[in-house]
Amino acid sequence: MDLTEPLVELIRRASTDLPADVEAALRAARDREEAGSAAASTLTAILENVALARARSQPICQDTGTPIFHIRYPAGMSAGKLRAQAEAAVAEATRRAYLRPNAVDSITGRNSGNNLGIGFPVFHMEEVEDEILEVALLLKGGGSENVSTQYSLPYEPLKAGRDLEGVRRVVLDAVHRAQGEGCAPGVLGICIGGDRGTAYTHAKMQLLRPLDDVNPVPELAALEERLLRECNELGVGPMGFGGRTTVFGVKIGAAHRLPASFFVTIAYMCWACRRARMEVKDGTVVYS
Amino acid sequence: MATVYLTVPISEEAVRSLQVGDTVYLSGVIVTGRDAAHKYMVETFIRSAAVPESERALYEELRRLLAGSAIYHCGPVVRQREDGRWEFVAAGPTTSIREEPYQADVIAHFGLRGVIGKGGMGARTLRACQEYGAVYLHAVGGAATLIADAVKEVLTVYKKDEFGVPEAFWVIRVENLPLVVTMDSHGRSIHEEVRAVSEERLQGLLGIPA
Repeated sequence: MDLTEPLVELIRRASTDLPADVEAALRAARDREEAGSAAASTLTAILENVALARARSQPICQDTGTPIFHIRYPAGMSAGKLRAQAEAAVAEATRRAYLRPNAVDSITGRNSGNNLGIGFPVFHMEEVEDEILEVALLLKGGGSENVSTQYSLPYEPLKAGRDLEGVRRVVLDAVHRAQGEGCAPGVLGICIGGDRGTAYTHAKMQLLRPLDDVNPVPELAALEERLLRECNELGVGPMGFGGRTTVFGVKIGAAHRLPASFFVTIAYMCWACRRARMEVKDGTVVYS
Repeated sequence: MATVYLTVPISEEAVRSLQVGDTVYLSGVIVTGRDAAHKYMVETFIRSAAVPESERALYEELRRLLAGSAIYHCGPVVRQREDGRWEFVAAGPTTSIREEPYQADVIAHFGLRGVIGKGGMGARTLRACQEYGAVYLHAVGGAATLIADAVKEVLTVYKKDEFGVPEAFWVIRVENLPLVVTMDSHGRSIHEEVRAVSEERLQGLLGIPA
């Protein structure tokens, strides 16, 4: 089965149709801000923009970001063919202006024009013992990527040791440092542990979780809740104009680490938390 | 906090009357420019001994367009119509701080009255705003379709093939582009003020004295 066209549709949905839980969180944030404040008018503009983008099938944000595919495919399916179809879909979605050409050659500065390049888009391929093919897509913009960061604990300037309190301290610091530059209010995907590379991947995968899910690890669930509250006490607010909502989601995962290393990796996602998912079973495609 | 309707060319008097927190609806011809454009303007026009002959026409054009106008830190999604003309599909701001090494020189050299972007800029740009009479205007990050609606016409584009679509100089006519003044010509910056508050609260949360 050629999945190119269904994958173009997945990209269209991710780029133009903000997930319902994200939109609801932004609406709740707007209602919490003081009427007439820059924070409230900013969130109102954001919500108007979300509705317009959906109605017109146009990108929510011009920075359609790095397309990050997480593909879980049944044993026996060709990973290479899936990848080739996803690449063809990315090029086609770019031609239809669902995606901005975003892949720049780091040596020459040339834009490839179709979002294909070395390591672009990003693929995580995982073979699973299942009959269902699942493709999750995250579009992660550059502004939020640039304020994403990684700490190595212990981190003396913040008195952050190698424990969950140390994690809490560096996350608050990261959100303070980001101010409005990652297009606040944002969502935090966090990885505790891992190596420097896989930790970022793991942190970004956390961003695929629905906002209202509950972390199965009780310590992490408690930390997520506490950080959500405390990040908002910083008062950075929408776009950094000051206000009551600075982040509207905190999702934490953990990976095993070396005895010598303790990284805390924070993937900051802008308010336009663009994720979409599709499942294919017996030739039927379902989007969610 | 006032609401002000501004039309290009913007006078020094009009720009000096703006205060942080004011809402501005901007109309007229402005130019987009971001990383490649700023590096190019500074290296080719401002810090070079002489403008190369091949770049002279663009230099004159940019001088004419930017005087009394604004540069917009934006890498748009565009669409080419069948008649060959361009349209902005999505046009939110990009993060401005990357242009901090260049912006003050560009304000001074080209006589800009406004810098449009997101996230705010640093001390050198703030000083240039004071010295030359300019403001930093914050657009809503990510509100790309809403802002594209305010772009009524794409007049022309420069350096599209060399810099790529997001990085090119797009000359656009906007109508009532919604913006907030977050750095004014009197030395105030909302960004600095919010950062100071959040710094203090961070220290409170971490139990670290300032």
